[in-house]
Amino acid sequence: MTANDKKLAEPGKIEALLPWRAAGTLSAEETKRVDAALAKDPALAKQYEVIQDELAETVLLNEDLGAPSTHALEKLFAAIDAEPARDPSRASGPIARLGAFFGGLSPRTLGWSAAAALLALVLQAGIISTTVVKQGSGYQTASSEAPTAGTRLLVGFKSDATLNEITAFLDTNHGSIVSGPSAGMFTVKFGDKTLAAADAEQLIAKVKADKIVTFAAATQ
Amino acid sequence: MQVLYGRYHVRVYRFALRLVRKEQVAEDLISEVFLDVWRQAGKFEGRSAVSTWLLAITRFKALSALRKKKDAELDDETAAAIEDTSDDPEVAVAKKDTGNALRNCLAKLSQDHREIVDLVYYHEKSVEEVAEIVGIPENTVKTRLFYARKKLAELLKEAGVERGWP
Repeated sequence: MTANDKKLAEPGKIEALLPWRAAGTLSAEETKRVDAALAKDPALAKQYEVIQDELAETVLLNEDLGAPSTHALEKLFAAIDAEPARDPSRASGPIARLGAFFGGLSPRTLGWSAAAALLALVLQAGIISTTVVKQGSGYQTASSEAPTAGTRLLVGFKSDATLNEITAFLDTNHGSIVSGPSAGMFTVKFGDKTLAAADAEQLIAKVKADKIVTFAAATQ
Repeated sequence: MQVLYGRYHVRVYRFALRLVRKEQVAEDLISEVFLDVWRQAGKFEGRSAVSTWLLAITRFKALSALRKKKDAELDDETAAAIEDTSDDPEVAVAKKDTGNALRNCLAKLSQDHREIVDLVYYHEKSVEEVAEIVGIPENTVKTRLFYARKKLAELLKEAGVERGWP
């Protein structure tokens, strides 16, 4: 490969940042630079569209992997129970330190409106589904609630969608947000029954047709 | 610990599963990762996000597991054949399901490429965080993802999907 070939084969500085722009993880300054380049360069904008598809499908692929069984948690706490006793003052330090991080966790740098960010905060308050209670000598896992019926879709909203618009969309379609945002998308449960494939396709088409929706696909 | 586990175990599991491609191995890794966290919490100095720290531990343990079990069942091609119950990319395209074809091709990327695509697109890690998790320079992170995307485009092209890039 010649130096010229190598140069052609490597991404430009802005081009290399496009995946992070799509994921919303660039700094405000970098986002501004990338957006300015996208507005001026149609080829770059075309590549950005391709990247958005890649991102959406990567999220779907990962969401389809499901979740581990409660056996993993039981095994973990059995292992912790088997650990040598620790000095309480020493033990409380790290845990307290970890706890402090929860307060300091920065949510994803959202390329989203304040409305979506607000929704994310509301969700985070109610999202932790697994609790552990110590009973006697061991731990038991307990789900906060059994998975409820309904048809779940991965939904992306326009970056300028307002809280009122999203709320109205959910009301109209009998939807409730289950989790998210993940890579800029929410898992939304529609209705109270799991639709057959054909009906689910109709629902997806309906959701996609909404003016504030940028992406919709089935998920688990 | 339960809060930490409740918040991150699914992401840790999915990251591990994409690397080792076996559900049981991925489940075992979760316990090992969080047990390490329990043991090493004092070493966590907060210079990076908790999720970045967890994913770095997960990656290290997943790669160790892969090194230990270099037998046929963990061979990339064999594992892909076991795991991949969906249509081949060509079949998916024939059904005009390019999203399915894209997901199939994503699953066929090499381990290096899979992990970087997942870290950026799914785990929402910045350039700096990916560099920390994978242990490579930031510029290499950018070029590696670029090459992963080019490889993805090649796989899609072979499957008959043209996306207008590169």
